[in-house]
Amino acid sequence: MADKQLLLGDEAVALGALHAGLSGVYAYPGTPSTEITEYIQGHPLTRERHVHDHWTANEKTAMEGALGMSYAGKRALVCMKHVGMNVCADPLMGSAMTGANGGLVVAACDDPSMHSSQNEQDSRFWGTFGMMPVFEPSNQQEAYDMTRAAYDYSEENGIPVIMRLTTRMAHSRAVVTPDDEIRPQNELHYPEHPKRWVTLPVNARVRNRELIKLYAKCEEDAAKSRFNSLTDGPDHSKGIIACGIAYNYLMENYPDGCPYPVLKVSQYPFPRELALTLAAMVPTILVLEEGQPLVENQLRGVFPSKIKIVGRIDNTVVRDGELSPDDVRKALGLPALPTFAPSQVLAPRPPALCMGCGHRDFYTALNNVLKKDYPTARVFSDIGCYTLGYMAPFNAIHTCVEMGASFTMAQGAAYSGTWPAVGVLGDSTFTHSGMTGLLDAVNADADVVLCISDNLTTAMTGGQDSAGTGRIEAICAGLGVDPAHIRTIVPLPKNYPDMEKVIREEIEYHGVSVIVCRRECIQTARRHAKK
Amino acid sequence: MKQDIILAGVGGQGILSIATVIGSAALEQGLHLKQAEVHGMSQRGGDVQSNLRLSSDPIHSDLIPRGAADLIVSLEPMEALRYVPYLAPQGWIITNTVPFVNIPDYPPMESVMAELDKLPRVIAIEVDAIAKEVGSPRSANMVLLGATAAVLGILEPDKLRDGIRRIFGRKGEEIVEANIKAFDAGLASAKK
Repeated sequence: MADKQLLLGDEAVALGALHAGLSGVYAYPGTPSTEITEYIQGHPLTRERHVHDHWTANEKTAMEGALGMSYAGKRALVCMKHVGMNVCADPLMGSAMTGANGGLVVAACDDPSMHSSQNEQDSRFWGTFGMMPVFEPSNQQEAYDMTRAAYDYSEENGIPVIMRLTTRMAHSRAVVTPDDEIRPQNELHYPEHPKRWVTLPVNARVRNRELIKLYAKCEEDAAKSRFNSLTDGPDHSKGIIACGIAYNYLMENYPDGCPYPVLKVSQYPFPRELALTLAAMVPTILVLEEGQPLVENQLRGVFPSKIKIVGRIDNTVVRDGELSPDDVRKALGLPALPTFAPSQVLAPRPPALCMGCGHRDFYTALNNVLKKDYPTARVFSDIGCYTLGYMAPFNAIHTCVEMGASFTMAQGAAYSGTWPAVGVLGDSTFTHSGMTGLLDAVNADADVVLCISDNLTTAMTGGQDSAGTGRIEAICAGLGVDPAHIRTIVPLPKNYPDMEKVIREEIEYHGVSVIVCRRECIQTARRHAKK
Repeated sequence: MKQDIILAGVGGQGILSIATVIGSAALEQGLHLKQAEVHGMSQRGGDVQSNLRLSSDPIHSDLIPRGAADLIVSLEPMEALRYVPYLAPQGWIITNTVPFVNIPDYPPMESVMAELDKLPRVIAIEVDAIAKEVGSPRSANMVLLGATAAVLGILEPDKLRDGIRRIFGRKGEEIVEANIKAFDAGLASAKK
């Protein structure tokens, strides 16, 4: 037996993929998915086997790179946070149509309760939407085992597999015992069904019907899967369906075993056959699932049923947010454990920009100009550490929606009469989804001031490489911004007068201005200084 | 036997180094273990916690239920109070007494200490001062771990010392010894 290891759920997925013969990981950092790729980057097998491990510009290019690797017959992994699935939706949906040649696994890490995210969308929906199987491990050992199994399943059925994790699964450590066998990597080999890979209507119509049939087979497989199980219990007053990590919270409340019949679900499409077997035993079914009520909605349907379904929709389980053992305890009708009352002196401690961070100096200078002389200004910001400029004492931004929306929303507002219209994003967000928006601005000759607060890294997720480091001004010039209006400043308190002068000048210029505000992230600078 | 621990602090204080040592010792002892951590945005100077569960039997939930934590171990006094609803009636709080003030509305220290005093089992020590006293100013976290060892039934202090040696070993003997000294000073102060 191989050595036991203490691994995060993310790391268990990474090790499972490496041991399954991975040839490449394609990913853009995003909490809570980042540690999958970082683990692969640090693993000796990656160097030994020349596994591709560069960060990509965004999730779409990641998905496409991995699909190309799958086309060439090799096993690939794509990793992202849940909202990254929106960015790569086009190639993701396309990959169900092409199918997989080499095993293709898409790890999507959801963030219920929005610890570090803008919404709590549930990635299991992509499975239903695109007709792809979804695996959802309930513990770290399963995360390892299921990732290995997902590669085999992907190749046997010629379909990508979505591996869904949630924050708690991704960022919790437990002991994992890996398999002894480390599978060799695949050799280069091309698809048996070349027509699928050219999704012209003439081919896509054929594949679509095949895919519908395949999805039905995937449901039959899910009913037989070793990762799904129906366990009887002595008390048939109700039954429970527990998906993914929710199974743990259920069992936590019954240390001596659950008295009710339990259907544990970790592989989708949802195995309706097993649900029917459960329904024949009980009058009521409680659905426990982390995220949105996907399974519960499916069971409820529209028409009345003899079986009563309870869960998040009727508030038996808290309607939103991450599940906890306490939420599940309440839903089971068990009394709360005795404890102490909450303290009355607590003050909230929200996250904040680090002391000494360049974003602080940028927002200070921007505020000095806008709040004093341009009270009609609107600042469209974006996703990254600098979103914290919303908080006191800066209160510097008006919007934050999704990666890249700063530069493009500023243009829409400018055209509608907003002046000054200022966009603010970071270097990594710029290369992720800001460059195309900048091209739009150039083509429309928009009256906008677009600021790139460049800290030379992807900071919020812990300091990963940023795709355009050292080339930001060249990219802007290449996209057609007038070099006279690409201005670079260094955000430091002593430079406030110069910074403010540049900001003023570019506001007064009625065309596309780019201000690059550059100083290394103090977290990565500290690490570099130690080396 | 089981022991559920909430580690608390402010992002950047380094609560995970404590978790890493306990984790290493638990793994060596063949205990089951689950450790839920905080990564991402919440790390930026905000409140952070880690749920560390140790048990001789398999553990289901990664999260500790309310009223089940045997220990709250905190590098910051107000952060210790934040998790009081998770503390079991017989549970212990082991906390640093020096506040980390990075917010404008930090409550008066007297009221924070008064709240701690209301609880039956509290070990409150000044970890930085103790670390400095024994010449290990950069090992304040290990002082807190040492104080924790006084009430952590599931792992003997010696197993934790071995854990410190394993975790800090590659940084050299000097750093190992500084951390062990800090650990021992914390353990001694808790027994007072």
